[in-house]
Amino acid sequence: MSEEVRLMKGNEAIAHAAIRYGCDGYFGYPITPQSEVLETLEELMPWETTGMVVLQAESEVAAINMVYGGAASGKAVMTSSSSPGVSLKQEGISYIAAASLPALILNVMRGGPGLGTIQPSQADYFQAVKGGGHGDYHLIVLAPSTVQEMVDFVGLGFDLAFKYCNPAMILADGIVGQMMEKVVLPEQRPRRTDEEVRQQCPWAANGRKDGRKRNIVTSLELESSRMEVINHELQARYREIEKNETRWEEIGVEDADYLLIAFGSIARICAKAQEMAAEKGVKVGIVRPITLWPFPTEAIAKAAEGKKGILVVELNAGQMIEDVRLAVHDRLPVEHFGRMGGIIPSPDEVLEALENKIINR
Amino acid sequence: MKEEIIIAGFGGQGVLSMGKILAYSGLMDDKEVTWMPSYGPEQRGGTANVTVILSDDKISSPVLDRYDVVIALNQQSLDKFAPKVKEGGMLIYDTNGIHKHPVREDIKIYPINAMEATLELGNSKAYNMVVMGALLEAMEYKLPMENVIKGLKKSLPERHHKLIPLNQQAIEKGRTLL
Repeated sequence: MSEEVRLMKGNEAIAHAAIRYGCDGYFGYPITPQSEVLETLEELMPWETTGMVVLQAESEVAAINMVYGGAASGKAVMTSSSSPGVSLKQEGISYIAAASLPALILNVMRGGPGLGTIQPSQADYFQAVKGGGHGDYHLIVLAPSTVQEMVDFVGLGFDLAFKYCNPAMILADGIVGQMMEKVVLPEQRPRRTDEEVRQQCPWAANGRKDGRKRNIVTSLELESSRMEVINHELQARYREIEKNETRWEEIGVEDADYLLIAFGSIARICAKAQEMAAEKGVKVGIVRPITLWPFPTEAIAKAAEGKKGILVVELNAGQMIEDVRLAVHDRLPVEHFGRMGGIIPSPDEVLEALENKIINR
Repeated sequence: MKEEIIIAGFGGQGVLSMGKILAYSGLMDDKEVTWMPSYGPEQRGGTANVTVILSDDKISSPVLDRYDVVIALNQQSLDKFAPKVKEGGMLIYDTNGIHKHPVREDIKIYPINAMEATLELGNSKAYNMVVMGALLEAMEYKLPMENVIKGLKKSLPERHHKLIPLNQQAIEKGRTLL
């Protein structure tokens, strides 16, 4: 068996996965609760094995611009941070999206706003899926609920980023970053050779050879008519991503009277609340959006058919609930339950909220 | 089989590493495991704790409000978590420094003097493994010792592997405390 079962934190798993998936470069700056990503990479010293570059930049802004540069040359590059650090990266993220470059960004969310707290949160949903930086752009946003998904989404994130020439984000929270769980690491995927990069990324600014035309990577276009065309091209690509890449998980939806909708590790707290509800004879189903953008709008509309109500559970004041409401319109009651500032709700609290806000409303 | 366990005490008592060794031992016994620490201000202020779940099946929430087993290693942890033992569950606590003892009729309560037992062993660093021994003895799920040793090997850096016999001795000592 070539599979390797290990026990590790979500953040450590990201570092191992980056190496295993043949990442060319990581550029980051430490911040709790994701500092183990950089720490683990430094410990594993992949520059001596796969040749992957690991660099602690002088700031978050520097790190995202190193990613911009690496991505422009066709390399598989990534950065990671937590909420305040990801805010600093937004300008660079908008540039990378506008320049149609593949890159992977990890946000292990902590409580905000401002410097906030180091405890888990999901309050960067709006930032991740509605823009964050300026202009009409989208990131492909993946929300892991297990340490295994932290591993898998590094591979999926890079694959989707390169398939669509679009930055992808893993939107994790402090829970899945800090908890340890069983993981199976993938087999080592070799880093692409220069020749492979040239074949797969004909747009890359990696040196003219064989008389090919000059490649220019930029997000600037002063000719408005041309800039509108670029925007149309981006939008066409977003429609394509929406069509092909929407992902979600459903647990016990079919027989359920009520739905809990949650993403990331909070969906697991909801799954426990679902078990507890079943013991009381209350049938609850769960829909867990895996891609937060593209959002599983149709899947949620379909899952909501014939249900009596929906409780959206998030570690924020109510962000994803807006997309859930857009999906189901006002066909059934949709309420929100959230804790903020780094507080994690227990399964008991979730069940109580479901009873108070939906079942006995 | 499913054991939902919380280990709570002061930072520095080896709470998190005991949780890690327990989780790794469960992994070696082919169980699904989660290890969820509380970190940050709570650690600085008083108690450090870690929730460990061992199960035959996929684990849903890594965060819980009620537990099959609570291990409390100081008064604050005892006060906080004794009420959170499920009916029919189990509370193990170190009597050292405890002035207010728990009273519950619906759970099994095991007061142990792990500090004293550790001092008898002559190495205060083995404290958490003495507690682990008591847990392994008390728990309904019988974790085979060979898998605990494997778990120790996996969770300790290689330079500390020479300490495994001491840890094993501490676990055996802990088993006798109930």
